[in-house]
Amino acid sequence: MNRTGVIYGINGPVIYLKGNTGFKMSEMVYVGKEKLVGEVIGLNQDITTIQVFEETTGLKPGELVEATGDAISVVLAPGILHNIFDGIERPLSEIAKTGGAYITRGTVVDSLDQTKLWDAHMVVKAGDRVRGGTILCEVPETKAIVHKVMVPPDLEGTLIKVMPDGQYTIKDTIAVLQLDDGSEKELTMMQKWPIRVPRPTRKRYPAAKPLITGQRILDTLFPIAKGGTAAIPGGFGTGKTMTQHQIAKWSDADIIIYIGCGERGNEMTQVLEDFSKLVDPRNGNPLMDRTTLIANTSNMPVAAREASIYTGVTLAEYYRDMGYDVAIMADSTSRWAEALRELSGRLEEMPAEEGFPAYLASRLSAFYERAGMMMNLNGTEGSVSIIGAVSPQGGDFSEPVTQNTKRFVRCFWGLDKSLAYARHYPAIHWLSSYSEYISDLAPWYKDHVAKDFMDCRNRLMVILNQESSLMEIVKLIGSDVLPDDQKLVLEISRVVRLGFLQQNAFHPEDTCVPMEKQMKMMETILYLYDRAKALITMGMPMSVLKSENIFEKVIAIKYDVPNDRLEMFEDYKKAIDEFYDHVLEKNA
Amino acid sequence: MAIEYLGLSEVNGPLIALEGVQNASYEEIVEINIDAKKKELGRIIECYEDKAVIQVFGGTENMSLINTRTKLTGHPMEIALSPEILGRTFNGLGQPIDGLGEIVSDVHRNVNGQPLNPVMREYPRNYIRTGFSAIDGLTTLIRGQKLPIFSGNGLPHDQLAAQLVKQASLGEDSDEQFGIVFAAMGVKHDVADFFRRAFDESGAFEHVAMFLNLANDPVVERLITPKVALTAAEYLAFECNMHILVILTDMTSFAEAMREVSSSKGEIPSRKGYPGYLYSELAAIYERAGIVEGVKGSVTQIPILTMPNDDITHPIPDLTGYITEGQIVLDRELNGQGIYPPINVLPSLSRLMKDGIGEGFTREDHQDLANQLFSSYAKVGDARALASVIGEDELSPIDKKYLEFGKAFEAHFVGQGADENRTIEETLDIGWKLLGMLPKEELDRADTKILEKYYKPAETEEN
Repeated sequence: MNRTGVIYGINGPVIYLKGNTGFKMSEMVYVGKEKLVGEVIGLNQDITTIQVFEETTGLKPGELVEATGDAISVVLAPGILHNIFDGIERPLSEIAKTGGAYITRGTVVDSLDQTKLWDAHMVVKAGDRVRGGTILCEVPETKAIVHKVMVPPDLEGTLIKVMPDGQYTIKDTIAVLQLDDGSEKELTMMQKWPIRVPRPTRKRYPAAKPLITGQRILDTLFPIAKGGTAAIPGGFGTGKTMTQHQIAKWSDADIIIYIGCGERGNEMTQVLEDFSKLVDPRNGNPLMDRTTLIANTSNMPVAAREASIYTGVTLAEYYRDMGYDVAIMADSTSRWAEALRELSGRLEEMPAEEGFPAYLASRLSAFYERAGMMMNLNGTEGSVSIIGAVSPQGGDFSEPVTQNTKRFVRCFWGLDKSLAYARHYPAIHWLSSYSEYISDLAPWYKDHVAKDFMDCRNRLMVILNQESSLMEIVKLIGSDVLPDDQKLVLEISRVVRLGFLQQNAFHPEDTCVPMEKQMKMMETILYLYDRAKALITMGMPMSVLKSENIFEKVIAIKYDVPNDRLEMFEDYKKAIDEFYDHVLEKNA
Repeated sequence: MAIEYLGLSEVNGPLIALEGVQNASYEEIVEINIDAKKKELGRIIECYEDKAVIQVFGGTENMSLINTRTKLTGHPMEIALSPEILGRTFNGLGQPIDGLGEIVSDVHRNVNGQPLNPVMREYPRNYIRTGFSAIDGLTTLIRGQKLPIFSGNGLPHDQLAAQLVKQASLGEDSDEQFGIVFAAMGVKHDVADFFRRAFDESGAFEHVAMFLNLANDPVVERLITPKVALTAAEYLAFECNMHILVILTDMTSFAEAMREVSSSKGEIPSRKGYPGYLYSELAAIYERAGIVEGVKGSVTQIPILTMPNDDITHPIPDLTGYITEGQIVLDRELNGQGIYPPINVLPSLSRLMKDGIGEGFTREDHQDLANQLFSSYAKVGDARALASVIGEDELSPIDKKYLEFGKAFEAHFVGQGADENRTIEETLDIGWKLLGMLPKEELDRADTKILEKYYKPAETEEN
């Protein structure tokens, strides 16, 4: 613990120590009189390089740097949920209590409340043989989530003492473990884990279940699996954050970790306000009860921005180990990549593409590979899904972060500027987006939604693709010259775009749509298409079909049919039949 | 503290290096005395053991390796603040240049500021009426927002900003205390003069603190100007409970200055030669807007930046757009058609708008109307593209209607007089009147109920 070094040079968030300090790589250090938190990022015979997670203004050469012996890690215990942390797991509300409106430097606060008493219910007894991951006790952390306190992954042995059920703080001993070498270890509800190391699991399952988000274009066209990875790239103002908010609000994950990495302060405030008010549709609890926010806004120190992504994924893995499905929203991974670039530049490393360091790709892949549907050490099944926003420079998807991300994610939800300009939200473009999970998830959809779900979904895609090639012609010569069957394709794809893909996040019914309704909407649209096509084949002109308001009526289904009144779809079917008969009668 | 260091070890552009220093701290301010005649301020931007690299704000002219005496001040850049700064003019470092004497105050603030804790922020919800239809109606400005104007050289952004300040400060809540902090980075004398006159004419000058770094002032000074101005703004807003509107012009010069200094420091460039930390630096400025819980005042930012070659994907507007809460984009083509203000509404956006409009704030139909106008105007673009290929005559009747709608929208909704100050009702009513030119079936973004209440088809068309 008494290993220290002396500051030799300072350059922004990077400081140098002279001499061989004996510090370890990735070790957490306290820098200077103000005890700023830092991490060792480079070592050689003469110089130790450290990145500092706080502003270095006012630091002087000659000040002391103190090693802590631990790698930079997070504290894992009850109290994580319903909380907001900075990039290195310091609770912002506690910082506000001591530091006021601004985040001051060198604030020392505990990551989690160490005095709060939690109701613990023990599930093991003395004499039990336990190993890493074994659940020791259950603690109702929030109304929605039971926190399961586990044996740290690297321990194994026999319990020689277990405290009775009751109220404990996270520092109190709840059990005593005798390790195989005979030594005894007191276990508390708290454990620490280094953020850059994935928590161990027993094995990885293939993707089989979708993460249902209530967003039609995602669930139906480009689904993500539980334990899957997705990227949402888009220029500014195309709705990355909005899409992330929607998923965080309505997806059927048990736990949401929302990482605001280098984004706006007001956005985090908004999440905090909204999620406290909104209610989880599945159990009626406030959404904040299943949510943890990690806020490292764009003006907070850059090194902590780099760490925030890892902090978030470590917290997620911890809840996965309890057997929960966790979804991470990382907004935005580009800011994290830029933090890498900034630090790399300060270290005078050789830049690769656009100034990003050459290890950008390996860092990205290491991050996304921490997602997955896993069998945990304790035999439970849990998943971490990662949904990362990407902010490509100039909205150009060919830049390095987007391209490298594309290699490691299996879902790509490309946001489009022209859709956003026309206020078509979500502005996810159906032609540039893809999901590699489609075939993995097809059996699930078949069993849980409808047998012909995949067929319907594929037909929608075909219609949209046809529209795009027809639009090429329309752009050149106008739509009047098209034959009627092609005009119908244009009309139906309009119905698909406006009535199905476009979804209003501010409309109480439309903001989250259950899978059954999505399926019924799709069926109704395709039914309309089939009937209209039959009419066209009989020689009815498109203008006659359009004079009926059936198309507008189907578009309005998303607003007109409440989510719990799916029997109303029968009326639409009837209306389409009537439309068919009516056109036939009129023009027979 | 009183130690003076004689001479320098290196002078390189705006940077100087000093050896044998003791107790120098990172970002500390130093005073440099040249030939015992001229005094310059500098900031330590790197330090190694006993060597400090100093950025000189005023430039390194006349410095030699032997004729300087350098003194450490022991603290980072600070300025003295009091409510008296309103009505005063300062240079880019916050020193008075209007001949009215120093600001005397016990309050000194570090200009670097500190990040605002998201927990202590209050989400901005109160809209500011600017009197411009295109802004009030479609990209509503919210108190506590940062909403930049993306412009180009030769476009009337200055006029727009001046009118906006004038009209916004005349709003309904004029009994509340308001103030304007104006920071100029590398702008022309004429532009600074224009603003001063505009503030004078509107009688607002008593409420304005001006921080001027003009085009021929030292480049390095520009790097600190917005920070000085925002420190003043934060002081007025959060300690004096005033509503502060901050105009920063021109952010492009600020970024250029950063590139200049970065390259003389020999840093590795990232995009277009700008340093890798451009985003962080811009964010450190833009994020200093907002409302703090429990405090009456607010800081609203309107940065102006000229897009190099009108390119919105250039790193400066691009990174700005990722940080700010929307943007107002000016368009050369609209300007060419004599439309003022030439706001291109499609790429313009206000992210905070959705929570600050509607019933209780503006009017219930506001959001629906805005969505519909955006959507319909986007279709105008398609119709125009088609018309340019096949000719206007060949267009379908509905496309022709869109062309008419587009023209009228630009002329009557976006376009307005140079002193015209529209109320929100006027703006919304004009919007509905324009939508009346389109058949009801085409309006697919507005709620059916709203449509029934507000939509009236235009009667017969003139001409």
